[in-house]
Amino acid sequence: MKRFKNLLVSALVLMLTVALCGCGGDKAGDGETITVGIPQDIEESLDPHTAVAAGTREILFNIYEGLVKPNSNGDLVPAVASEYSIDDEGKTYTFTLRDGITFHDGKAVTVEDIKASIERCADTGSGDPLVAAFSNIESVTAPDDKHVVVTLKAADTDFLSNMTTAILPAEYISGAVAEPVGTGPYMFVSRSPQENIVLKRYDGYWGEKAYIANVIFKVISNPDTIVMNLEGGAIDMFARVTSAQAAQLSDNFEIKEGTMNLVQALYLNNAVAPFDDVRVRQALCYAINPQEIMDYAFDGRGTEIGSSMFPSFGKYFMPELNDTYNQDTEKAKALLAEAGYADGLQFTIKVPSNYTQHVDTAQVLKEEFKAIGVTADIELIEWNSWLSDVYSGRDYQATVVGVDASTLSPRALLGRFVSDAGNNFVNFNSKEYDEAYSAALLSTDDAAQTGYYKQCEEILAKDAANVYIQDPAELVAINKKFTGYEFYPIYAQDMSKIRPAK
Amino acid sequence: MTGIIKKIISSILTIAVVACLVFMAFSLIPGDPAVAKLGTQATPEKLAALRETMGLNKSVPARFVEWIAGVVRGDFGTSYSYSMPVTKLIADKLPVTVILTLYSFILMIAVSVPLAIVAARYENSALDKTIQILSQITMSVPPFFGGIIITLIFGLGLKLFAPGGYVSYSVNAGRFLGYMFWPALAIALPKVAMAFSLLYGGLTTEKRKDYARTAYSRGNSTKDVFYKHLLKNACIPVITFFGMALADMIAGSIVIEQVFSIPGLGRILLTSIQNRDYPVVEAIIVCIAVLVIVSNLLVDILYRVIDPRIITED
Amino acid sequence: MGKNRRYDFNLILGSILTAITTVPALIGMIWTPYDTHTMNNSLKLAKASLMHPFGCDNFGRDLLSRVMEGSATTLLIGLGTVFIGVVIGTFIGALTGYYGGLVDDIFMRFNDVMFSFPSLLLALVFVAVMGSGKIQLLFALGIAFIPSYVRIVRAEYVRARNMDYVKSAKLAGASDMRVMFVHILPNTFKILLNSVLIGFNNAVLAEAGLSFLGIGVQPPDASLGRMLSDAQTYLFNRPGLAIVPGVTLIIMVLGISLLGKREK
Repeated sequence: MKRFKNLLVSALVLMLTVALCGCGGDKAGDGETITVGIPQDIEESLDPHTAVAAGTREILFNIYEGLVKPNSNGDLVPAVASEYSIDDEGKTYTFTLRDGITFHDGKAVTVEDIKASIERCADTGSGDPLVAAFSNIESVTAPDDKHVVVTLKAADTDFLSNMTTAILPAEYISGAVAEPVGTGPYMFVSRSPQENIVLKRYDGYWGEKAYIANVIFKVISNPDTIVMNLEGGAIDMFARVTSAQAAQLSDNFEIKEGTMNLVQALYLNNAVAPFDDVRVRQALCYAINPQEIMDYAFDGRGTEIGSSMFPSFGKYFMPELNDTYNQDTEKAKALLAEAGYADGLQFTIKVPSNYTQHVDTAQVLKEEFKAIGVTADIELIEWNSWLSDVYSGRDYQATVVGVDASTLSPRALLGRFVSDAGNNFVNFNSKEYDEAYSAALLSTDDAAQTGYYKQCEEILAKDAANVYIQDPAELVAINKKFTGYEFYPIYAQDMSKIRPAK
Repeated sequence: MTGIIKKIISSILTIAVVACLVFMAFSLIPGDPAVAKLGTQATPEKLAALRETMGLNKSVPARFVEWIAGVVRGDFGTSYSYSMPVTKLIADKLPVTVILTLYSFILMIAVSVPLAIVAARYENSALDKTIQILSQITMSVPPFFGGIIITLIFGLGLKLFAPGGYVSYSVNAGRFLGYMFWPALAIALPKVAMAFSLLYGGLTTEKRKDYARTAYSRGNSTKDVFYKHLLKNACIPVITFFGMALADMIAGSIVIEQVFSIPGLGRILLTSIQNRDYPVVEAIIVCIAVLVIVSNLLVDILYRVIDPRIITED
Repeated sequence: MGKNRRYDFNLILGSILTAITTVPALIGMIWTPYDTHTMNNSLKLAKASLMHPFGCDNFGRDLLSRVMEGSATTLLIGLGTVFIGVVIGTFIGALTGYYGGLVDDIFMRFNDVMFSFPSLLLALVFVAVMGSGKIQLLFALGIAFIPSYVRIVRAEYVRARNMDYVKSAKLAGASDMRVMFVHILPNTFKILLNSVLIGFNNAVLAEAGLSFLGIGVQPPDASLGRMLSDAQTYLFNRPGLAIVPGVTLIIMVLGISLLGKREK
């Protein structure tokens, strides 16, 4: 028994020693490694063609490149192709393969790889093609070993934005190689589910090489621990912190502010009561004050929007629509009374629980609706239930989410409100809108096309398709040991631009 | 000996029953994993194709037979959300949870036993009273709040560890163990207090028994009496508690993993529940059931080794 | 002798601590100093003051009011859980213990499995099956705690069925139901009371744990576990947001467990 006691004491001492030695100093001070916190794990495969989640795409941005790729201004610049030309009609696109470009395994990129990649995404064998717009491709040919020609069925001057589709080795596509490799500035090293994804600088990169040798994307599934992880030195950077979290961070961190490029709104199911009545929808618009929401839940940050379009789209964005409805309780009540809800009404807002920003917004909305005698019940649901019940099943009254644009074309935002669109989850139905939208698609004149898109936006605002709120501010917290963070108008975390601060 | 064999057989049966129940529970849940997986990209054709590859279009009994046949071979199927074998997914995370649990278990014994001996030997002293009060309070601290307090004091305040600075055991075992000390402490604390008060109660009761008095009167020192006689007898009821504590610690580690950002079984379990990734959830529950049942079995065996009378009483 | 005095001390302190947390919680069910959902931008993360003794949270909501509501929620879920557990547990325990036989054997094997499973995990599985939310949580925990009551009640019934008072009641022509629930049941109360106190504590801790994991009570409703989870972001600059609900939870559990000690 004496030996037992000694054993216990020594076990205790050993553990304490390990605990105190094991945690000495914070690593990554050498500037050779940066650890980036991400809110959710990336998708199962690292296949850029099948990845759908924005959180996966923004990481894969570092590994894969298309023939062209977007830069931080939102322009498309040559990547795997060193140059491209488009014929006047907008029907034939010719790409020149960049000299000496290699995949991460060292093999040279060939026109066969490009052909295989595009053909894979255009394949209609299992229903829709992987890239929807590729259904317009007539043929992909390689006249010689330096050029690839993509011919379209119908002219489309906007098609280049789809050529950001990643180029993969033909051996991967045929299934001969398991791990996909790309041509980007970073190469994949390892991953551990729910733990991390490790990337390493690719020294054979064709362009400007990355500054930092190793990037670790660490999964922080509990958003409440983000601040602790940053301050404790476990992670160096976290994109999309909330303003509350940003306010809690010390001087060791720089907060970069950009826009999230989301249309955040209270989306209303236009097909069910009470929101099948335009007056009720308008009443809700009059009840809210986007600035107040930004003040409460976002520390005053964010850009007010009045329709399904956000500022990054430049010429398409219409700030004047913000004033379609200014907060006016009396008008709201009058509209409700007119619609037969003089005694108020009650409805349920379904909110995906993993998005703190939307949950917070819903809480403020609930308070604002109280003033016009409307009771909103908040129901938090899991993201997957949101996808199946709200988005696919359209079984809801109202929901708060942010809708993003998958490509740099206004179609990505406006296409979903065409009455028979498969992704029209708000069941918006307006003949006027459908006409304006199809006119925009058919138009080859840029000014006229822009005019039609703007008309679409006006209809959405006038008909109060949804209660538009804001494009939330994107706050990136980055340790001052690093600098060079750049915002992109699409989902991308470009790690190659980040470098150690002096 | 037959008692132990009987126990082992019934444990195996129990695991089998748990496995069946788990599968049935998750087959009855509404919600389509194929819809969850495709998300905003879902089209009827894609859904049908995916259901085919996921084997969801087979009948429940057919899937059950397939599943059980797999489980027997150690194959829990393929994760919906990771498209990798569940066994592989869990194999990486299981050691984290097991080590965390064992770590807290050792901590619990290493702290509670000496404390109880000291307090019982100096019964009614100021030291005894202080330990008593502290243990009563500690008992009421839920592990996750303990974890927050530890993070606040030792992590943010004294900077003894970096909150969230988890390092995988495969990368650096030393740093791994160093970090795991703190969550283990958070899990162990309330259990230390409970084990302490049980053991303390046992020791003070045993102390007054005849055999202890006889030993004293024979001139044995207090120390000898404590270590040679009292501890062994006082330990017997505590062992049952240790067994239950071990099971509780496995559950506790799931919550604590959230506080300390540890990617263990708990993290995978929670996200899999959210993703409706049922093969993973089923496998983890079966896994935990095995851990719980095996630890109960070990306690049972230990019990019989220490006190053979149990068999006749059974 | 000295022992007696200490037990009294447990009772007094236990009552005081329980009162400190349950009285505000009970009041919180009908009235709180401020509305618990109304936000006030100017009071965001306000420090403690006379108007707001504990300060305000990240939405400018009065922390005292939130804690009152949170304790009430936690208390209600604790009580509800114990109620479900005791009623169903007693019923099953009474039937199996009284009749015995093969059904009893099978039931007990099953019950033992459930019992050896940590209740938090059991509740987690139920939540996984039923979905998250206040009501689901209540049932999940209630069901998870049934086995422990079944065990206790069954043991009492097994002991009682051969006792003289039961035999004489039977001879007097009382029906099985009457014997079970009129004659034996009151005799189990004393032992049940103690396990109710322990069970209540376990339920409170489990509720807090599950809400902490985000699968229990959902915002904007407050519960102590939920508040603790939200407070982690502000741990650096406003540790009070975590400490107030955390300490409330500890006092509640401590008070009840001291009362439980008295009951021995």
